[in-house]
Amino acid sequence: MTTIKIKALTKQVKFALIGVALLCASVSEAKEWTAVTIATEAAYPPWNMTLPGGTIGGFEPELMADLCARMKLKCTLQAQDWDGMIPSLQAGKFDLIMDAIVITPEREKVIAFSRPYAATQGVLAASDPELIARAGVAGEVVKLTGDAALDKPYIDQMRTLLKGKTIGISSGTAYTQFVETNFKDIASIREYKKSDEHVLDLQAGRIDFSFDDVTFFSSVLDMPENKSVSMVGSKIGGPIWGPGEALGFRQDTPELKAKFDEALSAALADGTVKRLTEKWFKADITP
Amino acid sequence: MDTLQMLSFGNTGWGLALLKAIGMTLLLTVVSLLVGAVFGSLVAAAKLSRQPGLRWLGDSYLVLFRGVPELLVIYLFYFGGATVVSAVGHWFGATGYIGMPPFLVGALAVGLLSGSYQAEVYRGAFMAVPRGELEAALAIGMGKFMRFKRVLIPQVMRYALPGLGNVWQMTLKDSALISVIGLVELMRASLMAAGSTRQYFAFYIIGGIGYLLLTGLSGRIFNIAEARVQRTQRRSPLQH
Amino acid sequence: MIDFAFLLDTLLKLLSALPTTLTLFFSSLSLGLLLSFAIVGMRVSRCPLLSYPARCYIMIFRGTPLIIQMYLIYYGLGQFPVVRDSFAWVVLRSPYGCAVVSLALCTAGYTAEIIRGGLLSIPYGQIEAGQAIGMSRLALLRRIIAPVTLRQVLPAYSTEAILMLKATALASLITVWDVTGIAQQIIQRTYRTMEVFACAAFIYLVLNYIIVRAMRWLEHRLTPHLRERPVHTPTKAKLDAGSNPKSLRSSL
Repeated sequence: MTTIKIKALTKQVKFALIGVALLCASVSEAKEWTAVTIATEAAYPPWNMTLPGGTIGGFEPELMADLCARMKLKCTLQAQDWDGMIPSLQAGKFDLIMDAIVITPEREKVIAFSRPYAATQGVLAASDPELIARAGVAGEVVKLTGDAALDKPYIDQMRTLLKGKTIGISSGTAYTQFVETNFKDIASIREYKKSDEHVLDLQAGRIDFSFDDVTFFSSVLDMPENKSVSMVGSKIGGPIWGPGEALGFRQDTPELKAKFDEALSAALADGTVKRLTEKWFKADITP
Repeated sequence: MDTLQMLSFGNTGWGLALLKAIGMTLLLTVVSLLVGAVFGSLVAAAKLSRQPGLRWLGDSYLVLFRGVPELLVIYLFYFGGATVVSAVGHWFGATGYIGMPPFLVGALAVGLLSGSYQAEVYRGAFMAVPRGELEAALAIGMGKFMRFKRVLIPQVMRYALPGLGNVWQMTLKDSALISVIGLVELMRASLMAAGSTRQYFAFYIIGGIGYLLLTGLSGRIFNIAEARVQRTQRRSPLQH
Repeated sequence: MIDFAFLLDTLLKLLSALPTTLTLFFSSLSLGLLLSFAIVGMRVSRCPLLSYPARCYIMIFRGTPLIIQMYLIYYGLGQFPVVRDSFAWVVLRSPYGCAVVSLALCTAGYTAEIIRGGLLSIPYGQIEAGQAIGMSRLALLRRIIAPVTLRQVLPAYSTEAILMLKATALASLITVWDVTGIAQQIIQRTYRTMEVFACAAFIYLVLNYIIVRAMRWLEHRLTPHLRERPVHTPTKAKLDAGSNPKSLRSSL
């Protein structure tokens, strides 16, 4: 009981602090935005990718172009590796970041998020036919709540599958955390800078499984080079991943966040986001 | 998609992007080497000085820039540099973020690293000059400047040249690490092309060949220069 | 302002990866040194069939950045089923093995050039003198070429050793959990870039300081004749000379 009370209290204090921070920020930086710089990884298809010739394309660049047209903002996309993206945002190199960034409590401590524009599922992939047979080709979706006690049956099922295996993941994602908290003690984990690198190692047989986004796997597994790889087990969705993918802002630019929230709401309401997700993911993944 | 098409210069190929990237690598390396020459000779002079304070300063520079991995130096400059510049800017009344372009950060970071290598080259070359020749110059009454010009510099140049060739190659190599802060030079362009086309082996090889061209050509230039300064010397039987 | 608890915690976490960094360093340095002897032997040979491949090797590994060599060996070679079925896969399968291989191959090229530079610096007269008194080739190598080269090579080799230690940081790019890898992992969790990188930099500094000191001590021991002769204190010079007859002989 007492812990709950303390939690509630700290929450109030947090809100109060955020309120004060917002007030201070809006007083000091009530700036009129005409142009913004947006960071993207440009290497996470189909969300964002580098096309031959060096231009950036994908779901997010197209969505951003639509949002910027709504707000009459001049938007510049810049490529930045994921591992330096949040520090660069904080240093002020960019005004916002868009890279399939899932809202997590840890990240909310350091950056501010817009409303989510997509919600996706994570899944395991394997290349070894024996492992694929054992785990079964991915079909149905399992909803995990993020509450350890409720999720235990399915996690235990995964643990028996993953025991003694090597799992590859991209570093610093919501999935990294999921894999580390649940399987660190029974499997060895390798972290990669880019998602395509663990797919490469999966084919090479250096790792037994990799864990990433369903949308990412669907796009790369179409390629002839990856025909040996397939998604296995159940697709994992639900509240465990939080509200979904959103734009990231510095905490001192609430007016910019508000502007983008408004544009996103409009794009979600008139079906633009749905149309774009269907174009790029062949499925409606709006939140 | 075959390799030839991937390398084409049109909208669907990576040819032009890679060519531009080679130019960027070359420019970055030259600027870094010049920055390094300034810092390197200063540090070498400080280290050879008789004043303990200066020697200590030179030592600290070397320990710092030769001791920290290049990757960390570049990251520290990139993130730290922007914070410092913005703070200075605010002091003078500017608002918002004042960025340091990746090229500037890269040239400075790689230049300071290159300076730490060059300092050792200059110092080593100075030490290799036979003491007797300096003593002889002193004995026949040459002034400080004359000794510097007639005895020291020609010999230091001779001994330093092979080392400088090494430093040039090292600086070229270090410039590849600037890819981590988003400057599109040869390394980054190769990685981008490899990731986009899934032809990892092919594009790493192509990137490697690009670097080989750069180092091969510049190595030849250094060889010619070395041959010129060495021509008054007897050849060792081990050399061909 | 400075969060010492966080710094200490970070430092302890980073130190847990120190064994990986150190074993990576020592295994690749010693493998590279062995390999470089073979390469330099081929390189100075008069037979073009031997010297030409060595030249190519040196050109390729010195001419390209280590980062691209590492990517090529790890991701590039792993693409081919032929490589995956060969005996080399035992080593190349693990990121650690790939890191050691690429670091060793790279340093071998550099070390070979350093040793060759040392060989070239031997005064011709000394070799002639050795031949004149009828030394065999082996004796020439053992008594003249090797000791003179060793002295000449040490400063450059100490630079190379330090470069190698720093280069081990690149292993983090191919998923090896070394000091830099752990640093990046901590940053992904905490987003405190400067503090974590500063801690990592500190660890590398200490390691390199130890290497520099060790090499300088060795250099000092091996070059007594190059030290400045004390001019103004003849009594001390006499003392030195008396206590160390070897240095007296060499200075005469």
